Amino acid sequence: MMKGAETNDPIIRVSELSVGFTSRAGHTIPVLRDVDLAVFSGQSIGLVGESGSGKSTLALAMLGYMKRGLRLIRGEARFAGSDMFAMTGRELEAIRGGRLALIPQNSGQSLTPSLRVGAQLSEALELHTALAESEREARIVRLLEQVRLPDPAEIARRYPHELSGGQQQRVAIAMALAAEPEALILDEPTTGLDVTTQAHILELLRDLASKAGMAMVYVSHDLGAIARVCDRVVVMYAGEVVLEGWAREVLRDPAHPYARGLLASIPKLKDPRLPTALEGRPPAPGQAGRGCAFVARCAIAADKCRITRPELVLLPSGARVRCHFPERVGDLPLCSTGAYAVREMAQDVILSLGDLSITYARTGLLDQVLGRKPVMTPTVEGISIELARGETLGLVGESGSGKSTILKTVAGLMKPAGGRIELAGSGPLPPLVENRRPDQLRRIQLIFQNPDESLNPRQTIAEIIAQPLKLYFGMAGEALRQRTEELLESVRLGVHYMERLPSQLSGGEKQRVAIARAFAAQPDLVLCDEVTSALDVSVQAAVLDLLDRLRRNRNTTYVFVSHDLAVVRALSDRVAVLYQGRLCEIGPAAAVYSAPSHPYTQVLLGAVLEPGPGPAPPQAAADVVELSPPATGCAFQRRCPKRIGPLCDSDAPPWRSGADGHSIRCHIPWQEL
Amino acid sequence: MTAATYAARPSLFARVTAVLGEILARPSGATGLALVALHLFLAIFSPLLAPYDYRAVDANLMLNGPSAAHWLGTDHLGRDTLSRTLLGGREAILVTAIATPLAVLWGGFAGIFFGLVGGRTDDVLMRVVDAFLALPWILKMLVLIVTFGAGIEVLIPTLAFFYGIPVIRVARAATHDVVARDFVQAARARGHGAATIIWRELLPNVRDALLVEGAMRWSWMLLAFSSLSFLGFGVSPPTPDWGLMIADARGFMSFAPHGVLAPVVALSSLIIGINLTADALAKALGIDRSQKAPL
Repeated sequence: MMKGAETNDPIIRVSELSVGFTSRAGHTIPVLRDVDLAVFSGQSIGLVGESGSGKSTLALAMLGYMKRGLRLIRGEARFAGSDMFAMTGRELEAIRGGRLALIPQNSGQSLTPSLRVGAQLSEALELHTALAESEREARIVRLLEQVRLPDPAEIARRYPHELSGGQQQRVAIAMALAAEPEALILDEPTTGLDVTTQAHILELLRDLASKAGMAMVYVSHDLGAIARVCDRVVVMYAGEVVLEGWAREVLRDPAHPYARGLLASIPKLKDPRLPTALEGRPPAPGQAGRGCAFVARCAIAADKCRITRPELVLLPSGARVRCHFPERVGDLPLCSTGAYAVREMAQDVILSLGDLSITYARTGLLDQVLGRKPVMTPTVEGISIELARGETLGLVGESGSGKSTILKTVAGLMKPAGGRIELAGSGPLPPLVENRRPDQLRRIQLIFQNPDESLNPRQTIAEIIAQPLKLYFGMAGEALRQRTEELLESVRLGVHYMERLPSQLSGGEKQRVAIARAFAAQPDLVLCDEVTSALDVSVQAAVLDLLDRLRRNRNTTYVFVSHDLAVVRALSDRVAVLYQGRLCEIGPAAAVYSAPSHPYTQVLLGAVLEPGPGPAPPQAAADVVELSPPATGCAFQRRCPKRIGPLCDSDAPPWRSGADGHSIRCHIPWQEL
Repeated sequence: MTAATYAARPSLFARVTAVLGEILARPSGATGLALVALHLFLAIFSPLLAPYDYRAVDANLMLNGPSAAHWLGTDHLGRDTLSRTLLGGREAILVTAIATPLAVLWGGFAGIFFGLVGGRTDDVLMRVVDAFLALPWILKMLVLIVTFGAGIEVLIPTLAFFYGIPVIRVARAATHDVVARDFVQAARARGHGAATIIWRELLPNVRDALLVEGAMRWSWMLLAFSSLSFLGFGVSPPTPDWGLMIADARGFMSFAPHGVLAPVVALSSLIIGINLTADALAKALGIDRSQKAPL
């Protein structure tokens, strides 16, 4: 895996690069500080860090590009010996997209929607190769084959919107490869893709890099993805390189306190404990002070760290680290020291969903005129789940599996097509909020994915939290103020937050406010819709810990929806796996994670990437677009690696129950799976 | 946590001052605001400033050019053009300053209502709005004015009504954007009533868009009012009015251009001032996204 070509000159060399902007007050605020980096041919380097760490700015600087408002303070970024910032537009054009290519984060947005895939690839070939027009078509097909797209000739004729997210990303890779570049820059290329798709793309990138001998710079916040594709890892913090070394070492035993904290804050599939939160947040640009940028969050910080900024020092292992006390870092914990999420379930059922089905289909005007009923397979079908008081149910599945839809329906924001929702003590719930009684509404609270969207930007934190208090308990005056303060304290935010607006809070703080608002209603059931997916990992751990603590105090029941299987593992008692709106498997978290039985669960768990440099995960199921669930048979029939035959297409699979309430829905008997 | 560095939510006064400061920070905004302030000042104090009686007819001074006694010359009845120009905006500014908030108010509420109701009702009502906008505004207004007369009591509601219609579109679009956001869904899920949701969740988020739209409507309304006066349906003589003055002096433009120029400059400077202010206001409130700072 390590293909060191260190004897040659590096293909990309960044030296003492500082990039920044001018503040309103006229000060120069750096966002990148003294970055030194070398990438050799055939090597792949991962740039990791939280949002705002400067990793994307650094990657773009390697292309000689800076976002508007940013400027070069000092230093240089060289590609194949020539300084990218000293070049003219023409000279850059010759390099960018040709010898040095970029694969952006969301290629669905970077492909031209009105041009067929083939035409776009042809354009890239025309610009960067000497290929004659007649030869281009064959080359396009070869390129699409190279990125393992099925039926390349057909794909070339399609428009970008006719491809799945994973296929679009492959086309973007093919386009970057068109001119046979010497180096590739990848900016979060798999973020936003489903785990199974991500596994395919990473596998492809690894192969391409090793075959073509390209250099790769891989930017990601996901240590798991970095572990899969990179030889070397560069950890960024507050615009600085804090650690650089071989991936194997950095991910097994990182020599910088920040990298260690980051690793410990990642929930892991194998570890059912809650991850350890990395408290605090990185300094804003220009706020780092004289000393070490990480000092405020560091467990081994000494006086020296506050006064002098550490230099990058070379360790015996070959890693470079920006720390005054690298020898002490080893004492810091590497994995979670967190507690196990408390399992306290009562016997009584609090929520029961009976044969719930939801349809998005709308009758069109023509159908109405003709009196036709549209024939549509329901988006979500046959969901029957019973939740005990104090239990946490994890709901997992890829995008489009209907997990959020189920939550919205339980909350009464969407009308189900059929089935019932029953809340103990309140009887069967009317389908929509408008018809529910205030006491029924109070008992179910919903926390949304993105706090930027779920908090009104025009209301102060006090006003936001006061709303449920006024609505459900009629609180006012001193009592209201006191209760608001209590709630803020309970999510570890001080009283001084009361008069602030959401825009003055960080992402994690905003999500805490949203949690406080939900708990203000003293709910029995809290529905969490991907509540940590908009947050950085270190913040995510703190939010998970908070959710667990709140539940313990009030014996609240959670339904926790996430696409991140490791996050679900840390918090859930039971896990339900959804595919295309149908339940595949449900059972105690420990059982589902240690012995996944349904073929889809196996595929899903197999595709999860862990930061540890272990063996490659098993290959996932076929990567195809699933537009709507099949009308008959098993929902997973088209992608199932263990498909047994026409039976899967025609008959709905039966439920098979195992021990401890663990059941799966498959035609294959349990023992044979 | 480093959070203690943030300031608390500013008071209304502080916020207004901050927005004014942002407007004044741009040369265009400062120019615009200065023009509007000058015109408002003149509208209030011009009776004290005007050197002559605006009605004083003098047959010996007909269509005289600018002189030391009459800085901007005289009109066809020998009246002082400077005095009449100074006073000529009062009626226009008064009528439009009342009609604009009315237009924003009714158009805003109608737009929010359409945006909330959505579906078929919204489709049908918006087509009615489109049909209305397709007709030339001057035709629609003339019909009402000819029917009901040209007094202030007719002009204000007429202008407010017609200029509220384009506001509907803006308010509806802004409402659509806000309604789709999760905090409105969250309020719905909690079980708040429609009135609370509109008042607390929606209005604060459409307010800025309506404010800017109102400023733009004001300048359009001024133009419309002056056009009506020009056509003889607005202010009746001998009350001075820019539109009327342009109409009167138009016939003598070839040899006495000052008679047309003075009211034209006065009217255009006010409209330019309002437009510049509205632009700067939009930027200060962050509505004009293309102008947002990259960092």
